Amino acid sequence: MRQFIVFVRKEFYHIFRDKRTLLILFGMPVVLIVLFGFAITNEIHHVQIAVLDNARDTYSQQMIRKMTSSGYFTVKQNLRSADEIEVAFHKGDIKLVVVIPDHFGDKFYHQKKAPVQLLADASDPNTGTTVINYATAIIGQYQQEMTGKLELPLTINTEVRMEYNPSLKGVFLFVPGVMTLILMLVSAMMTSITITREKELGTMEILLVSPLRPVLIIAGKVVPYIALSFIIACIILVMGFFIFGMPIKGNLLLLLGECGLFGLTALSLGILISSVTNSQQTAMMISMMGLLLPTILLSGFVFPVESMPRPLQIFSNIIPAKWFIIILKDVMLKGAGLRQILLPTVILGGMTLFFLVLSVRNFKTRLS
Amino acid sequence: MRTIFFILQKEFLQIFRNRAMLPIIFVVPVVQLLVLSFAANYEIKNLSVDIVDQDNSTWSRQLRDKLLASGYFSLNRQTFNPKEAYKDLEANKADLVLTIPRHFERDLVRENEVKLQMLVNAINGSKAGLANGYATSIINSFNRQIRLDWLAMDEDNAPEHIAVSSRYWFNPDMNYKFFMVPGILVVLVTLIGAFLSGMNIVKEKEMGTIEQLNVTPIRKHHFIIGKLLPFWIIALFELSFGLVVGKLVFNIPIVGSIGYVFLFAAIYLVVMLGMGLLVSTFTETQQQSMFITWFFMIIFILMSGLFTPVESMPGWAQQLTLINPIAYFVKVIRMVMLKGSGWADIRYYLGMMLVFAVVINSIAVWNYRKTV
Repeated sequence: MRQFIVFVRKEFYHIFRDKRTLLILFGMPVVLIVLFGFAITNEIHHVQIAVLDNARDTYSQQMIRKMTSSGYFTVKQNLRSADEIEVAFHKGDIKLVVVIPDHFGDKFYHQKKAPVQLLADASDPNTGTTVINYATAIIGQYQQEMTGKLELPLTINTEVRMEYNPSLKGVFLFVPGVMTLILMLVSAMMTSITITREKELGTMEILLVSPLRPVLIIAGKVVPYIALSFIIACIILVMGFFIFGMPIKGNLLLLLGECGLFGLTALSLGILISSVTNSQQTAMMISMMGLLLPTILLSGFVFPVESMPRPLQIFSNIIPAKWFIIILKDVMLKGAGLRQILLPTVILGGMTLFFLVLSVRNFKTRLS
Repeated sequence: MRTIFFILQKEFLQIFRNRAMLPIIFVVPVVQLLVLSFAANYEIKNLSVDIVDQDNSTWSRQLRDKLLASGYFSLNRQTFNPKEAYKDLEANKADLVLTIPRHFERDLVRENEVKLQMLVNAINGSKAGLANGYATSIINSFNRQIRLDWLAMDEDNAPEHIAVSSRYWFNPDMNYKFFMVPGILVVLVTLIGAFLSGMNIVKEKEMGTIEQLNVTPIRKHHFIIGKLLPFWIIALFELSFGLVVGKLVFNIPIVGSIGYVFLFAAIYLVVMLGMGLLVSTFTETQQQSMFITWFFMIIFILMSGLFTPVESMPGWAQQLTLINPIAYFVKVIRMVMLKGSGWADIRYYLGMMLVFAVVINSIAVWNYRKTV
């Protein structure tokens, strides 16, 4: 036991001596949370538009002013002919072109129909759709102003209530997401690399002939990373709670316990990777392509799982991150207890056990 | 020149001798491209909806049919009991609950105004926003239709109105993959360029073999070129490979000239390799180098406009994209491939990229001389 403690201490020295990595280790969650919290959104404001105003009358100008004063649009360019539309789009910044016909006001009041064309750059389909929806809504409001208050018969009003998350904050998605990502990074990627490092440098042989049992060597390598990832998980929780008001409705101890469980799952994956690879480069590429990207993509953290094709939805079930995110959300937002999250917990535990057994067996065959 | 050739030969031998590297270079990108393109999909369809129709009249049934026929919603449950629907919402079985009150049709005719209630499960904010947008626009168009029917009018003699028609250019089918695939190609090229090159140099340091190289007649620039050029070639190969896969599997359009894409990629890769070199000059172990690169790459990628539009970011974040090479490449590859932008449109970005390449590589080389 004493030997083991000494070994763990040695590993801690290695980590603490490397100031740059340590700085990034603690800086990363902070930066990621800030980025997701403040910079990464899908909402639109000040979208650059171009206007082809063939009418140039009071009404058309009022309509454009109405669009810009909404804060959603900024007129970047006034076009003179239809030929310029394509050129404007090719420049890359213009997302919408509004085409107003000649004699706009005249047509509206006398022909009772004034056609307005909205041309969106739909190379990004979602921005295209959103921009057109917003512009249509603003033009609709302006039309009401032009006609004056008119009682329309048969009006359906829709009262909308956003349940659970009234202000539509993305924070409820990205705090669990970032947490999963960082635990994966620290526990799986870092462990796999530090173990393969010993192999690559040839020091693994020296460790193996030492009186320490192989299992303890691996355990000693992992223990510091468990501690680190746990501290980082706490930092993220605290930041989410104090800066973004992410509630923690459930039991805090249960939450921390689940974090520990997921940390273990990630560690077992890291050990598994290190047992099948011999170079750090390979270990890094495998953990990046095989662990981090699926964690980001398939766990429902950035992209909704519902809109993926069926095979991917089924495949996403074998990604540990998916289950951990479910647990986090249920405990933090809905205040679930152990009984409600028993299934995902058991699945995570089972995965951990499976990976551990697999990697121990792999590791032993290498020794013989 | 001959020296560089020999170093190149040695590097290629080393890269291809590593059995794990071949699948990493050839198989993983294809898998990534396929999986990512299907997964990175913000297109939201099949929202499940509970409808509480307490009226059960012609109009309420018409509204329900219109909602379900739109392709965005699928019916999870139709019920009279709002509590049942609310339970579905709580259990994540329904994304949306639409309640049509009793006497919906009668009140609409008698009092000219009626209220519908819509509950949206908003834990995923952007999804809830889209669900609300779709449902509201469907209800509005239903409203207009029954109003015209009731007044026995058609579109031509309706009250005065602005007829808004909209066109979606460059991607009329709204295929999200056309938007994502070029962006993912950028990520693939970046991974090869920035990560592998940096780690490859640090590996020599970590193994101690760099000292041996230093005492050979190999000059510094021979060494640097010999180390970086293989990854430049591999990454460009990867790009062409990815373009072929994208064309064959997703049928992505290539409207503009493919030459511009390669020209830009060639310069962009010099920037990325320079970053790898720079990182390798101030790191000692592969773990460090990988970790530092990862840190900067994830920030660059998240803020590049790959997933979320740059225009949506706050001012300070938009300023930051000015020094983000990935943001330029993502923008240019989409402009050229989807919109057919030409030389005049990408000239500025190309110039910026050249500036990056020169600046980063000078710093890296300068720093490199000092440390060795």
